[in-house]
Amino acid sequence: MTRQIIIPFGPQHPVLPEPIHLDLVLEDEIVVDAIPSIGYVHRGLEKLVERREFTEYVYVAERICGICSFVHGLAYCQGVEGIMKIEVPERALYLRTIWSEYSRLHSHLLTLGLFADVLGFENLFMNAWRLREHILDDMEATTGGRVIQGSCKVGGVRRDISSEKLDQMVSGLNELEKEMKELTEVFLRDSSIKSRLCGVGILPKKEAFEYGAVGPTLRGSGWSIDARKLGYAAFSKLHFEPVVETQGDCYARCVVRAKEMFVSIDLIRQAVQKIPDGPVEVKVTGAPDGEYFTRVEQPRGELVHYLKGNGTKNLVRSRVRTPTFTNIPPLVAMLKGCELADVPVIVHSIDPCIGCAER
Amino acid sequence: MKYEEQPITMITIDELLPRTTRFFEEGYRLVQIGCTRVDGNFEINYSFDKDYRFENLRVILQEGGTLPSISAVYFGAFIYENEIHDLYGVSVTGMNIDFKGTLYRTTIKYPFSTDTTKEGDS
Repeated sequence: MTRQIIIPFGPQHPVLPEPIHLDLVLEDEIVVDAIPSIGYVHRGLEKLVERREFTEYVYVAERICGICSFVHGLAYCQGVEGIMKIEVPERALYLRTIWSEYSRLHSHLLTLGLFADVLGFENLFMNAWRLREHILDDMEATTGGRVIQGSCKVGGVRRDISSEKLDQMVSGLNELEKEMKELTEVFLRDSSIKSRLCGVGILPKKEAFEYGAVGPTLRGSGWSIDARKLGYAAFSKLHFEPVVETQGDCYARCVVRAKEMFVSIDLIRQAVQKIPDGPVEVKVTGAPDGEYFTRVEQPRGELVHYLKGNGTKNLVRSRVRTPTFTNIPPLVAMLKGCELADVPVIVHSIDPCIGCAER
Repeated sequence: MKYEEQPITMITIDELLPRTTRFFEEGYRLVQIGCTRVDGNFEINYSFDKDYRFENLRVILQEGGTLPSISAVYFGAFIYENEIHDLYGVSVTGMNIDFKGTLYRTTIKYPFSTDTTKEGDS
C-alpha cells in the first residue's frame, strides 16, 4: 500500500486571495482526499441583524463581500420587500439590474485575472484588471463607490442615473467589448492555458447536482440553471440564455465566465433601452413581520438570503447562503484524484470568496 | 414586482429522510439548509428547487434534540449540517463528512446558540 501523507494547503498561500485551509491527503503526487476548514474570517454578520434597524442592515449586508457587495444589498432589500410586499418602482428595478450586471462584469474580470495569475500569465492578469478599472469607474461615477456602492435601499435605490450617463455607459461598454473579445480569445484559444485547464478538476454533471454546485461551477458541468431566470429585478423583461458548457473541467468553468461577460453587456444594453422614467424609490412605513427567502444570481452563483421579522424594527434572523459555501463540497469532489500541482488551479476554478462564505 | 412562491411544509423529524428522499428522486436540487432560534427551539429549513420552483421543509428541533443527517441522500448537505453544529451546537447524526466542530474556527463556541430574541435582547 502506498504511504499517505497530509499536506496543509492554506490558509495563507500565494494563490489564495482569502484564507481557506485544506488538508490534502496524498499518495505520491495524487490527492486522494481533501478536508476543508474555514472560520478564519468569520464575522458573525448574520447575528448583527438583531442589533441594527432593518433599514440600516443593508449597509452590513453589502459588506458581506467586497466583490459582489451590490448583489448582497439587493438580495437583502428584496427579502425585506418580499416580507412587506413593497412595490418597488420599475425604474429602480432596472437600475438594480444594471448595477447587478456591472458587478458581474467586474467580478468575472477580477477572477479571470486572478486565474491568469495562478497560471503564471502575468500579462493577461494585468490586462484583465486594466479592463476591470473601466467597470469600476462607471460604478463609482453612478453610485459613489467603487467596491461598496450603498446605492440599494429597501423600497428602491438611493441614486438615479441620467439618460446621458446611461448612453455614455453603453458607449463605453461597446468600446470595452472589443478589448474584452481580445482578452477572452486568449483564455479560450491559448494553448498553454488549455494545457493547464482542459481535463483538470472534472466535476461530472450528476455530481455537480448532488454535491450542490451553483453558478459557473454548475453551468460548466452542463446544467442550465441561473437564478436570473426567476425574473427578479428587471430580468423578467430582458432576454438572455444561461451560458452552459458540458466538459465540467476547469477550462469549462473559465469559458462560462468569459462568455457570461458578453451576456452581461447585452443585458445592460437591453436594460438601458427599456428603462422607464419615473421615481426610483417608495416610502417604506411599518416594520417587517414574516419571513422570505430571496434568491439572486451573484457572479459566483445562486445567493440566498433568508429573513425573518416579528413586526419590530429589528429582524430576528438573517441567514445568508453564499455560492462559495455551497461550492465547497463540489470542490472536495474535484480535488479527489488530481495532481498536487493542479490544486491551486482547481481551487481557483470555483472563484472562491471566503469572506462571503463565512459572513 | 414579481415575488416568488415559497411554500413551507412543516414536518416531523421522523418524516425528514423519507420526504428528502422523495425530493431527490423527483429531481429537486438542495438549495440550502438553515437554522433559526425560535422560542427556545431550533427551526431548521430545508430548501429545494426544481425548474425554478421553490419548496421548503421545516423541522422544529427541541433544545438538546438530535437531527438526522440527509447527507446520504444529498451528498453536499454535510457542509450545512456541520455549519449548524458549529454555530448552534445542534447534534447531527450520520453525516458523511463530520468535521467534529472544526469547520468553523470561532472564538466563542456555538456563537448562535443563545436565543437573544427570546431574552428580549433586540
